[in-house]
Amino acid sequence: MIDQTSEQATLTREALPAPGIASRTWTNLLRFIRTKPLGAVGGFIVLVLLFVAVLAPVLAPYDPRSTPAAPWEAPNSTYLLGADYVGRDVLSRLIYGARISLYVGMGSVVVGITVSFILGVALTYAGGIIDTISQRIVDSLMSLPGLLIALAIMAVVTPSLNTVILAIVIGMIAPVIRTVRSQVLSLRELDYVTAALAVGAPPWRIILRHIVPNCFATYLVLATYYLGFAIIIESSLSFLGVGTPPDQPSWGGMLVRAASAHVKSGPWLAIFPGLSIFLVVMGFNLLGDALRDVFDPRLRGR
Amino acid sequence: MSQYLIRRLLLFIPTMLLATILVFALFSIVPGDAAVFLLTGEDAGGRVTNEDFERLRKDLGLDRPIYVQYADWLWGVLRGDLGQSLYYGTPFGFELIERFARTFELAALAIVMAFVAAVPLGILSAMKQDSGLDYASRVIALIGIAMPTFWIGVLVIYGLVYGTGWLPPLEYAHLWEDPVQNLKLMLLPAAVIGFHDMAFTARVTRSAMLEVMREDYMRTARSKGLREWVVVGRHALKNALLPVITVSGYQFGRLLGGVIIVEQIFVVPGVGKFLIDAINHRDFPVIQGVILMTAAVVLLLNLIIDMLYGILDPRIRYS
Repeated sequence: MIDQTSEQATLTREALPAPGIASRTWTNLLRFIRTKPLGAVGGFIVLVLLFVAVLAPVLAPYDPRSTPAAPWEAPNSTYLLGADYVGRDVLSRLIYGARISLYVGMGSVVVGITVSFILGVALTYAGGIIDTISQRIVDSLMSLPGLLIALAIMAVVTPSLNTVILAIVIGMIAPVIRTVRSQVLSLRELDYVTAALAVGAPPWRIILRHIVPNCFATYLVLATYYLGFAIIIESSLSFLGVGTPPDQPSWGGMLVRAASAHVKSGPWLAIFPGLSIFLVVMGFNLLGDALRDVFDPRLRGR
Repeated sequence: MSQYLIRRLLLFIPTMLLATILVFALFSIVPGDAAVFLLTGEDAGGRVTNEDFERLRKDLGLDRPIYVQYADWLWGVLRGDLGQSLYYGTPFGFELIERFARTFELAALAIVMAFVAAVPLGILSAMKQDSGLDYASRVIALIGIAMPTFWIGVLVIYGLVYGTGWLPPLEYAHLWEDPVQNLKLMLLPAAVIGFHDMAFTARVTRSAMLEVMREDYMRTARSKGLREWVVVGRHALKNALLPVITVSGYQFGRLLGGVIIVEQIFVVPGVGKFLIDAINHRDFPVIQGVILMTAAVVLLLNLIIDMLYGILDPRIRYS
């Protein structure tokens, strides 16, 4: 059934006159919005996050580190989302916080998924004892929750945005390698790989020409999901007080004071940072779901 | 089957051993060892000479080759001796086990609550695929997955304070000494963690049920004239629950991560606070102990599930 659809797709593509790349992108985009409305919502949330993060200095009404308001000032027309426990504007900190979430999320995913991908493909292809040993290492790493691994890493490094990224990356490597491995194993069985082998293609050529391009969809989908994961772990670490340094406006860190001693002081400080994390993670997950459906029809509806 | 069980059991040993190596290696390859942190940390104070440094390294056994240190540590662990806390200078094994028991109780409670809510939700969702109910339960699942547990916890605390003025008791009570007080304290954090897990389990149940519903034996069961609830309960559920239980078991590790956070919010004296304090004090042996214990629990649980799978799944039982 899958073969049939892809055949049809090739046929229609050849039958139609090739449209310009721009208009084709538009058509694809419109079709994505029409068939995957939830995915489009996710994509929209991600775009808003990008927009806010890039334009933070323009959008934020105050310096996120300055204390223009009174401590615990309730939301009003000057401070739309109120002020925190030392009088910093919550809205400005949220806007700058988008930068941290995005930086840590993108950083972890680009480094983590790429490294795991290279490792996953190489180790699987190496086979034999190397593959067996690396699988056992992955097993034991997977027995630990990503958050716990990240916490352990944070114990031995100086907290900064980049060490937080390192901690998250190490926490995500094992499950990603596992996914890539199963993908590579099933790709290796396909006829065109056998054919390439038969004509004497060396392993690197098979990997680069046949395996890697076919893993691209997996890469994209994993990247989208793990962006959400990374943002959650970053905010969890900051919430526990061992992540992003406290002077930086991390969404998770903003919730710390809201949770502890000052419960009665300001619900706005508890609601808005959490809501931001929730929306952004939701956005990435929705986008990831839709992308998976588009790229991998076998998994549709799961 | 016995072959499968033996192979699975043998697999457990190298995996566990590798976990100990990873845990040990993490705290050995860091730039600067425990002695540096002890002497230059905020709490150290005063000037430090090279001799102080060397003496401390000798006291802690850090001047020995790394594999000797590892063997020594592993030998201790095998005898149930996790070593001494660097910060307090006292053994912590007993306290760790006590705290882990509380964390475990919380996690188990959460998993039970999640299961009780998620399985019916997942089944209904699959039975009435693409109905309003299915859509609603999928949205709940999505929300549960995207909501960070600590935010749910914070919201619950706020809701309680503003809504009822009641807060869970801060005084911890042992389950076997004062079960009512214990449950009063544990129920809310368990529900918070459970909500997150429920979302995930409901999703897995739904897709497992959908998969089973397409099987031939379902059509056969229906055409035999069996009532719908017999078809669903006996034929579908029995087969769909196996993967759900497996996935939930593998989820247990992630659940423990959530417990660590939620314990902070609800002031449960479990392993979470212990770990965060240890991280702030750079108390490496304690962190090692917590991680090792988690790995052991998760790996053991996976082992038990795989064994159960071997017993429950005829395809493995008879092979």
